[in-house]
This record gives sequence, C-alpha cells and structure tokens, in this order.
Amino acid sequence: MKKLILILIASISIMTSDAQSKSFPKIDLKTLDNTIINTSSFNNEGNLMVISFWATWCKPCIKELSTIAEEYEDWQDETGVKIIAVSIDDSRNMSKVKPKVNAELWDYEVYCDPNGDLKRALGINTVPHTFIINDKLEILWQHSGYKDGDEIELYEKIVKLSK
Amino acid sequence: MQRWLPFVAILFSINISKAQQNGNYGSISGDFNLNVQSYTEDLKINAEAVDEYILMNGYSNLRYTKDNFLIGIRYESYLNAIEGFDSRYNGNGIPYRFAQYSINGLDITVGNFYEQFGNGIIFRSYEEKSLGIDNVMDGIRLKYSPTSGLTIKSFFGKQRLYFEQGEGIIRGIDAELNLNESFTQLKNSKTNVLLGSGFVSRFQESNNPIFNLPKNVAAYSFRSTINRGKISFNSEYAYKYNDPAGGVTENNYAPGTALMSNLSYSERGLGIILEAHRVDNMDFRSQRGATLNDLTLSYIPAITKQHTYTLAAFYPFSTQPMGELGFLGEINYNIKKKSTLGGKYGALITVNYSRVNALNGGNSILTETESHTPMFFSVIGEDLFFRDFNIELKKKLNRKAKLTTSFIDMIYNKDVVQGKGGDIHSRIGIIELNYKLKPKHTIRTELQYLSVDKNKKYDQDSGDWMMALVEYTFAPHWFFAIVDQYNGGYIDYDQIEHEAVHYLNLSCGYSSGTNRFELGYGKKREGIFCVGGVCKNVPSSNGFTFSVTSSF
Repeated sequence: MKKLILILIASISIMTSDAQSKSFPKIDLKTLDNTIINTSSFNNEGNLMVISFWATWCKPCIKELSTIAEEYEDWQDETGVKIIAVSIDDSRNMSKVKPKVNAELWDYEVYCDPNGDLKRALGINTVPHTFIINDKLEILWQHSGYKDGDEIELYEKIVKLSK
Repeated sequence: MQRWLPFVAILFSINISKAQQNGNYGSISGDFNLNVQSYTEDLKINAEAVDEYILMNGYSNLRYTKDNFLIGIRYESYLNAIEGFDSRYNGNGIPYRFAQYSINGLDITVGNFYEQFGNGIIFRSYEEKSLGIDNVMDGIRLKYSPTSGLTIKSFFGKQRLYFEQGEGIIRGIDAELNLNESFTQLKNSKTNVLLGSGFVSRFQESNNPIFNLPKNVAAYSFRSTINRGKISFNSEYAYKYNDPAGGVTENNYAPGTALMSNLSYSERGLGIILEAHRVDNMDFRSQRGATLNDLTLSYIPAITKQHTYTLAAFYPFSTQPMGELGFLGEINYNIKKKSTLGGKYGALITVNYSRVNALNGGNSILTETESHTPMFFSVIGEDLFFRDFNIELKKKLNRKAKLTTSFIDMIYNKDVVQGKGGDIHSRIGIIELNYKLKPKHTIRTELQYLSVDKNKKYDQDSGDWMMALVEYTFAPHWFFAIVDQYNGGYIDYDQIEHEAVHYLNLSCGYSSGTNRFELGYGKKREGIFCVGGVCKNVPSSNGFTFSVTSSF
C-alpha cells in the first residue's frame, strides 16, 4: 500500500513538474442573492484580484478586511486591484453575511462557500487565507493568517505583481 | 484501498496520455497540518500525564486537478491522538480519497464526498478537524444541472466513523430551483426566489431480538429563499419518519420535525437579522443508537451568537436536537463618521439577543414507549435552556489605536447542555485595545472578566474568572503572546473544593507565506471547545504544544 502511494505521488510530481502557475479551481459559489456563480467567471479587466477567505465569527478575518477597506479606494486607484471576499460561514451564520458586510461598509464582491468546496479545493486549513490571482485565474501568491501590518506586505505584492 | 487503486490508475493513465498530447499537465495542490502536545501531571488543575509523554495529530491533503478532472486523498495520522479526541482516532490511514469529473452540467464523484442539502437539517456531511469531526460519505454522488437554474444532487453512501464506517446505507436526492434563472419572464424581476427539496433515507439491518425495528427510515425537507432588494427571507421545514428515536430509545417511533426561518434587512451601514427555529426529535444519524458527534446526518445550527472572546465562549450553547424553541435578533449599525457619537472615524455597534427554551411539556419522546405532541409555540413558563444579551462597540480612536468593548449577560442551563451543573447566570465584560507602535509592529491587549450571579436562584459553577492577554506582532513573520486566566477557587457542583489557580500560557509563532509554526507552553483549563456551534469537551492539561500548518 505504501509503495502504491509513493508511486502515485511520484507520478503526480512528474506530471506536474512541467506545469506552469497553478490555476484557481473552478467551483460554484453562492452570491448574496442566492444565485450560483462559478469562480471561472471571476475577472477584473486585466488587473489583479485578491481572494480573501473569511467568516463572520473570525476576528482576524474581519480585522483584515476592515483594515483593507480603509485603504481600498487608494489601492484601486493605484493598481486597479479588486477584492473578492469569500465567506466560509455555514448555514448557522450565512444569513448574517450580508448584514455584516453592509454594516462594515465593505465595498467588496462577496460570495459564500457554505459547503467548503472551494476552501477544500484550495487546501485552506484556517481562515483568514488570502490569494492574489490574475485575470487568467492563475494563483500568483498566497498567505494564511492575518497579523496587524500584514496588509502592507499584501499591498507590496500587489504593486510588484501588477507591473 | 485495493478497491479504488485500479480505478485511479486507469484515470491517471488516461490523463497522462491526454496530457502528453496537448502539453497541459494540470496542477497539484495540498495542505499539511501537525499538532503535537506534551503532558505533565498537574494535580492543582487535575491535569494528567500520558504514558507516551507526547501525543500527535497530523494530516495532509493532496489534490491533482486538470481541466474538469479532480482527484484527492488525505492521509491522517494519530500517534496517539491528542487528549480530547476520541481514542478511535488511532494509528495511520487514508480515510479520504475521491475522483471527480464534470462535463456538460453533470458532475460525478466516486469515493469520498462532503455534501449538504439546504441548511443541512436532514443531511450534512462535513469536517471540523479541530474538533475531530469528520462524517464524510463514501460512495457515489451525482450532481446534474439539466437547465439553467435547476440543480439535482443525489448520492448513495456510507458514513465515516473514525477509521471505520457506520452500518447504515444512506440514499439521498435533492433538487434546487432558482425561478428567476429558470423562467425568462422572471429574469428581470426584482424578487429572486429559490425553492428546494430534499429526501434522505437510511437502510440498516435489524436483528433486535425483542423489537421489530424498521430497516428503512427517512426524512424530507422543503425550503425557500426569497430576496427582494434589501430584504431576504429564508426558511426550511423538515420531517423525519419512524426512526426509533436515535440513541434515546428503541421503542418509540414518534416522528421528528424542524422548522427554521430567518429574515434580514440590510442597507449600507445597517444590518438587522431575526431568526427563529423549532426542533423536535430531529436527531437523525446514519446508524441506530449512535451518540455524541458520531455519524450525524442532521445538522441543526445553533441559533445563538457564536462568541469568539475566551470568556464570552466559556458557556457555549449547542442545539438540543431532541427539542427546543429558539429566537435570535441582531442589529449591526455603523455610526457615521464625523457625527457626535461616531467621532472622526465612526464606530460599529452590534446588539444581539437570543433565547432558547424547552418545548411545551417536553419533546415528542415522552418516555420509552409514550409519545406526546408538544404545543407548537410556548415560551413563558417553559424550561429555559439559554439566554444571551450582548452588546459590542468597535471604534477606531486615532491613527494608531482601535478599541473593542463588549458586555454580555448570559444564562446557561448546564443540566441540559452538559448533563449536570444547574443554571448559571454570568455577566462578562471585555476590553480589547489594538495599538500600532510602528507600521508593522502592533501590540494588542485583552482584558476580560466573567462574574457569576451569586444569587441563590442560580448555581455558581466555577465562580468568577478573569483573563488578561498581551500580544505583540511583528508583521509579516512573528507573534508573541502571553495570556493568564485566573480563577479564585471554588466549591464545585459535587462539593469538591478547588484552589485558586493561574492558567498561564506563553506562545510564539512564525509564519511565512502559507507556512506557520507555533510553539506554546502552559496550563490549559478544562472546558468545552466549540467551532461553528459543534462542541467537544477538552480536559485540562499542562505542557508544550507545537503546531505546523502549510499549504501549496
């Protein structure tokens, strides 16, 4: 059994050794109006997108998104970046997502991943977890967790990758 | 293992040959998580040493995806499982492996899958690793979207029970229809309507010598979601047929029901939520008689606020699936910038109230053999399970400082939630201050106090608690934290005396990209640890903890 797994892993790594940037998975999410949207339709007219995973009960997530919200207009003017906040709240808190987003005055695109399909496909252990992707839906950078000041590094990456 | 390998091998070879033709090799991703904890004896807090000295939980997911094809496995290792996890998590294994393919609206999964129907009342298979919950299904799932706006899901499967599977065979089908996407006349309607319905059945052999138990039992549900502008209304009704009352009794065939609904209104700067649910005998599992968090099919989300501050989460309520009536109301309001109250930066205020009580005269399972029909709605005079009023204010003080204050007034019925302990009335005050020393250097402090009502009407449980935390972060890599929880000593429900004790903890962490390392040392108190409304009891401990998480 162990041998077979090793073979499996080896064959995967051979297959992917040639692969270019990792692509963002194509998964259905729910909009705040309960329609379905597939991640393959994410786009930002050639500019970068930041995909930030959060939950209504996750303090560092809300801190991260609130901190970015204060500077979001400047970020958009300077780099054209768009932020997409994906909530992993399940049915307990999903109905609280829209009121929360409105009360926090966040101007982000917000989607829900109540069954954790996208979270699992991306191998996210804990929220917050943040990705920078381009218009071809290639993952350029990712980071897990949030500490005060992490938004500075995020913005530096956005600026660098925008060039 | 042997059963699925040939299948994967075939898919792989097909895939490789295809890849060679077009030069697209797909991509691979994964994640890793390791938790190690050491245990030393500490009689003062009732912490025990373990024979192994240290215990370890770890797992890693590996996924390969190319176009519409996806496969994945998870390797799990418990050598031996950390205290607080079920001892049936034992040794190593690959309890999770699947292959998935989608084409023209049809999505096929063979192997393991996580799925939920609607809000999850009749079916939710999910994982919460930190609690040791993983009731993943193993079988076949089809999802089909024949036209825009309509999604049909169906599956056959058995459910995971640690490194084994439950006895029941579960079959389910669910349909969801978005009226606006399905009917062109409604495409531009301001009202958006989503309808859904699901059916789940369980087959399990019965060889009970006394009772002739039904081999097939089932549950169904109807749900709808209506959105119009700022208003959203969501409701679901579920009914469970003659399942011999889960783990409670084997000779009472009362049906189960659940009704939940929530209404929200929100506009920029304001969000209001109202929720209600009524649950009666709705513990539905994939095997007769399963208990605790094992083999659950039904997931009835707790209607109470999910508190995150340590002492606010000291008495966490979890849904009583055998019967309860609950309500919640919440207002989130953003006080405008430059107003009298809001000051220069504005402020966010949240007021929340929730209340849960027993059904009138108890639930449908009155005794082993007797059923009864509780009134649909009754609040006054019923046994109170939980009540929580809380208010939180979040405010930026200046360019460097942010303040959060919170006050909570809570009644917790420990008899109902944990079996014994009486009614506890607690009041909790919290102050959190974030201060930016330099752009990437921040110091954060939390002060929390929990005071139990000394009135004879209530039980004192473990008395008053206080907590202080200081955390220093140096972005993007480092954090250091010191936290102390102090209890002044108490006499518990069983008249055992406990000394005053400081639960002191030191921790530091390093993170870079998606790699995180964390090292901690200190005492942990016994308590209920919850994620997403599901809880487990963790014993007290004293020792080192070390964790690594990574993803790629």
